[in-house]
Amino acid sequence: MLLWENITLAINSLLSNKMRALLTMLGIIIGIGSVIAIITVGDSLTLSVSENMQAMGANDVYVMVKARSQEDEYSDIDGIKYGAISNESEITEDDYLTDEMLKEMCERFKDKIYAVNVQHSVGVGQVDLNNNTSNVNIYGVTAGYFITNEITLLGGHMFSQNDFKDGKNTAIVSDRLVNNLFNGEVSKAVGSEIEVKNSKNQMVNYTIVGVYEYQNNYMMGMMASGDKITTDLYIPLKSASNFGHDDIKYPYAQIITKVGVDSDDLASRLKDFFGPYYNTNRKCEITSFTMGSMVSMLTEMLSTITLAISIVAGIALIVGGIGVMNIMLVSVTERTREIGTRKALGAKNSSIRTQFIVEAMIICLIGGIIGVILGIIGGIIASNLLGYPAKPSVPGIIISLVFSMSIGVFFGYYPANKAAKMNPIDALRYE
Amino acid sequence: MSSIIKLDNIIKKFYIGQPNELEILHGISLEVEEGEFVSIVGPSGSGKSTLMNMIGVLDRPTSGEYILDGINVGKADDSELSKIRNQKIGFVFQTYNLISKTNALKNVELPMLYAGIEKAERIKRAKELLELVEMGDRAKHLPEELSGGQKQRVAIARAMANDPAIILADEPTGALDSKTGRLVMDLFHKLNKEKNKTIVLITHSNELASETDRIISIRDGVITDIKDNRNERNENIIKNGGIITNVIEEKKNEEGGSDK
Repeated sequence: MLLWENITLAINSLLSNKMRALLTMLGIIIGIGSVIAIITVGDSLTLSVSENMQAMGANDVYVMVKARSQEDEYSDIDGIKYGAISNESEITEDDYLTDEMLKEMCERFKDKIYAVNVQHSVGVGQVDLNNNTSNVNIYGVTAGYFITNEITLLGGHMFSQNDFKDGKNTAIVSDRLVNNLFNGEVSKAVGSEIEVKNSKNQMVNYTIVGVYEYQNNYMMGMMASGDKITTDLYIPLKSASNFGHDDIKYPYAQIITKVGVDSDDLASRLKDFFGPYYNTNRKCEITSFTMGSMVSMLTEMLSTITLAISIVAGIALIVGGIGVMNIMLVSVTERTREIGTRKALGAKNSSIRTQFIVEAMIICLIGGIIGVILGIIGGIIASNLLGYPAKPSVPGIIISLVFSMSIGVFFGYYPANKAAKMNPIDALRYE
Repeated sequence: MSSIIKLDNIIKKFYIGQPNELEILHGISLEVEEGEFVSIVGPSGSGKSTLMNMIGVLDRPTSGEYILDGINVGKADDSELSKIRNQKIGFVFQTYNLISKTNALKNVELPMLYAGIEKAERIKRAKELLELVEMGDRAKHLPEELSGGQKQRVAIARAMANDPAIILADEPTGALDSKTGRLVMDLFHKLNKEKNKTIVLITHSNELASETDRIISIRDGVITDIKDNRNERNENIIKNGGIITNVIEEKKNEEGGSDK
């Protein structure tokens, strides 16, 4: 019955003390704002990353060579732990997966493995044409590569089966390279012969069969711009031997599973499978994972960050709540006479209590609303900076507002009760 | 006429059971009839404020019985006391005590709000009351924008809001100059006569008291004298002289001796 009157009363009281009200709200604004911002960023990050990873194939298993963890590098001689013997723990090509290993694996798990996709990095190189050069990363790829790494062809065509089989000297280049070397004329580029030079100055002639659209990566864009940008140049895996890589080895292998295969299970089996090959290798070991497990790992990490920031925000909210309580106590003292008058006019204790609790709630709610608005703005800005679409969380907003009101009730109760319990005679006499 | 206030041997003690226990009222018995305009006079420390708090149901007597408009106040709990104050008593304070940042109309509405009267009815009645105290054109003004006399008139309208059994006025002219004070007193007389309101006026001014039907003198917590003015008021006015009484005289002449 009195609710609406109490709300207008509270708003009037806040308006008559704008600066004080704003300062009081600050803690709430900061607390709610940071929670909303982090939730917005976290949600959009998780969403985009998991979408990306789903697109890359959440069920694919990756087998990767990685450095052994630090502890294993200590040598145990006569029970004494010496430090790492050397810093030669850098993984070299000798440690990579070999064709034999992969063949053996396919043999062993043939009922589970649909295809194996490997990528061989030849390294950085240069493409020369008519005194123009363009920097490239040279990758030897298999047919499966373009299934999982989508590219958009602007002209020409994909590698043919024969290209892969015979290791023909064909290449797919980026439109940036075409811009640089062919003045952007895709049709002219396709079919042209280019000289590809690796870092050891070995030069091989390649024929361009396709041009793909370069996806502008934000981070890369920061580092290089325009023509100087280094783009990927793809060649069939077998033709990578042109660059002196006869015994081709791979830092990782992507295993595409057959339908209905538990990829997490396969991942652990594969790890066990490769274990013996690396038992004697002190520098590195084999790790295996699925994109699905990566997604959940990432989500877990994000929720840990969210939790940490939420705790900080929670502290801000508690401090803010204490601020609200403080200002409400001041307000009650200032308005002692008003409280006495209201009691003389027939206000029940509960009416007085409600009045002040509503006032505290309104302070916190307005603070919460401002916090939500600032948080969304901050979240959108941060998400855009990271290059992800922002996605404010509606449940997060609702929970924040309800929570801020609860803070109002919780921290407003004590001052409100103090007001309600006032003796009307003393209150009326208060100067 | 039935008695609307009935105090029977009211004793009020403070700090009960402590070494500094203090008895302020030593057994006050008093009856006020409906439609009566009585004044309670006494010097500072006489206990008249305590007595006013008793009559205004702001405090409970330590012993004794208080029956207000047929309700035994001593047996009421806090919530019932609030209701009695709301329905039966209209307070008028020396310092007006209007709620700041709340306009005149809303101030008058306040007791009706606590009584749970719905909005349309509240506004209608509040406007009527403001008209009654000739403040109708100031309804939307904030207390800060009103003069002392105007504030007090709004406060009187507020006191009338729930058509209370009594109006309890504590030094209502204490903060006003004599002229505006006079207008306020006139308003009380008007309410007393036209609306037949029972008014209890607490004052330390014998001059104001002399305008009322009955003067109850209190000193050191006991009633020392009750003087019925109804028969000898005119005589008093002439005897006392002074500005206020002169104004009364003039007013009486204007009204053509409409006094009883």
